[in-house]
Amino acid sequence: MKADGGILVTLAVQFAIMALLALGGANAVVPEMHRLAVEINPWMTEREFSDMFAIAQAAPGPNVMLVTLIGYHIAGFSGALVTTLAMCGPTAVLALFLGRVWDRFKNAPWRMAVQAGVVPISVGLVGATAIVLTQVSVHSWVAAAITVVTAAVTYRSRWNPLWAIGIAGLFGFADLV
Amino acid sequence: MSETSASSPSAAAPIPTHAELFIAFFKITLSGFGGTLPWTRRMFVEEKRWLTEQEFNDVYALCQFLPGPNIVNLTSVFGSRMRGPTGALAAWIGFLLLPFFVMVGAAVLYQYFGDVDAVRRVLHGIAPAAAGLIIATVARMAGPIVRSFGPAPVVMVATAFAIGLMRWPLLLVMLVITPVSIGLAWWGRR
Repeated sequence: MKADGGILVTLAVQFAIMALLALGGANAVVPEMHRLAVEINPWMTEREFSDMFAIAQAAPGPNVMLVTLIGYHIAGFSGALVTTLAMCGPTAVLALFLGRVWDRFKNAPWRMAVQAGVVPISVGLVGATAIVLTQVSVHSWVAAAITVVTAAVTYRSRWNPLWAIGIAGLFGFADLV
Repeated sequence: MSETSASSPSAAAPIPTHAELFIAFFKITLSGFGGTLPWTRRMFVEEKRWLTEQEFNDVYALCQFLPGPNIVNLTSVFGSRMRGPTGALAAWIGFLLLPFFVMVGAAVLYQYFGDVDAVRRVLHGIAPAAAGLIIATVARMAGPIVRSFGPAPVVMVATAFAIGLMRWPLLLVMLVITPVSIGLAWWGRR
């Protein structure tokens, strides 16, 4: 079990760095998780990654819990614990401090520049996530249609996204995708 | 009950204890199908009146801007405003405890049944829908940026290109693009 210690440290460091770069929330760093777990390490296949994102979206709880699934897959229960703590711990502590500083400089010009500069990056990061997820999950015309219709309906209406997930799951179950 | 204090509900509402913080966030995760944010707002603003609508929006805007999972940051910022660092910890644990074990359960199930044919087919159908949900999120977020003048749309597209298509390492991309984007915003602020 010596290799386990090494992998846990790697996971802790990599996911903590990832969280600190996650402007725009957990959805902003899905491409980096993919790069880490599929492209540069043999931790999981493309299909497994796509499965886990689907499970994280369908399950209750915040989107960030994708890291728990990934951690478990790579290193079991302790892996799940390490990725979850690394992703959710350091940035929560940082938020405590920045929350106070931020209020104090409410009208400072530098604060406005930081804010104006960071927002387009965070949206671009989530855009990258959309690109990567489409690439890993769309392998047929039916799948492409599911993606487009889900995106359009979710954008236009206020339906609970769970409907889209459920209907798409039925399509899959009927072997239509 | 407290109708008379409607003008300043946050002043009238008692500050929650550590146990109340823990339980409030734990309950939010129980009802958190399809996103936890609406439930958080409902509980804090409408049910408990711990925050006004405006205060909630301010805290949420801050947490969207901070790095890391937004809603987890919100537990920490809110908890600390109510009861200091230990309040933050109570809220944070309350929020993460149940989803963590739900996800470990899901991971165990996936390990045993992930290769079962029916499960494979269902996940195969859900995955493109999950991608569609993210596309809709991006479309909503991108609206105001696309309509704005200046460097913001270029920065947005460059970030998506570098990470999504080129698959460059996040750390390197962020080290380059963050100072450039903030610099451009500073330079063009007048």
